[in-house]
Amino acid sequence: MQVPFELVAANPIVAAICAMVGLALLFGALLGFAAERFRVQGDPIVEQIDALLPQTQCGQCGHPGCRPYAESIAAGEAINKCPPGGQATINALAALLDVPAPELDDEHGEESEVKKVAFIREAECIGCTKCIQACPVDAILGSAKLMHTVIAAECTGCDLCVEPCPVDCIDMIPVEGDLKSWHWQLPQRPGLIASDRQPHSGEAA
Amino acid sequence: MQEFAIILVSAILINNYVLVQFLGLCPFMGVSTKLESAIGMSAATTFVLTLTAMASWLVDAWVLKPLDLTYLRTIAFILVIAAVVQFTKMFIEKSSPLLYRVLGVFLPLITTNCAVLGVALQNSGRELGFFHSSLYGFGAGAGFSLVLIFFSAMRERLAVADIPQPFQGAAIAMITAGLMSLAFMGFGGLV
Repeated sequence: MQVPFELVAANPIVAAICAMVGLALLFGALLGFAAERFRVQGDPIVEQIDALLPQTQCGQCGHPGCRPYAESIAAGEAINKCPPGGQATINALAALLDVPAPELDDEHGEESEVKKVAFIREAECIGCTKCIQACPVDAILGSAKLMHTVIAAECTGCDLCVEPCPVDCIDMIPVEGDLKSWHWQLPQRPGLIASDRQPHSGEAA
Repeated sequence: MQEFAIILVSAILINNYVLVQFLGLCPFMGVSTKLESAIGMSAATTFVLTLTAMASWLVDAWVLKPLDLTYLRTIAFILVIAAVVQFTKMFIEKSSPLLYRVLGVFLPLITTNCAVLGVALQNSGRELGFFHSSLYGFGAGAGFSLVLIFFSAMRERLAVADIPQPFQGAAIAMITAGLMSLAFMGFGGLV
């Protein structure tokens, strides 16, 4: 070991090349080990976004369900395309992703003030099954030429069944509040105070 | 014990890398718009600085000095820094995906943070021992964190303050940084 070391140390160019190559190999090996050790399975951020979305699977955002939309958000899509979630969901997503909270995009529908469920006027239903095919959460029960009805507990109020009905017998009715769902009406916010002012746009990085 | 305190005070306040030596200004201006991301960036940079100070001391003392290659310090330390930053990136991606997302491009950019290379080069110039070197690296990171967190807290307030049109945005941030730097110059004769 002593002789090669002398040889290397005596020749500065060989020494320099050996040292740099050796260091590069060492760090490459360390990083290769770390890449294996700290491998990330899937994208954990998608799970967290998906948990915040309302899971109505309504498709109003232009995606076939909440999870595909969560994946698109993780890839950089706008977070204001979810009408069922409304502003509360947008704010929660903005806080999670550390981005400014935009207004709801009107293009994808309007936020309703109260939770609604679909109701089929059963006397008028002709049993065409079109609403059953439209329902993303299988909340409509019935079969061909027989009356259909909505399982209220399963209905997410997404409006998707209203459009296909040929006899317009589906109503979206607000859910009556009961003791379990009753909550305090928070007082209206007072006028704008100084710290409410929005940051000026054009903040340079 | 007193020696350690002197090293820490010197690295954090007197030779503060950002406000006194003007190294590492890029993340100082870039990641200081939000307090949370500033705290994340501070932690990541401190981690990298400490680890780099250790690794570069080892490389310097065990490889470069015995082979009489001290003229290769800069490039060898850049290699060390790149490896440490890449390691940190993998570590954060695994341990905190949110922080990883918030830091975004600034995480790999720690590689080009000149404070990191500055600490490694200055340590080898000072002929400190291994422990003192790593302590100095940690102190430099703590000083960086201190001013970055102060500065981002101020910028959060500046964002809603009533600032005249010509001074809005980056201009008032630069002026604030200059005033902070003046204040830190006051620590000059402390030790």
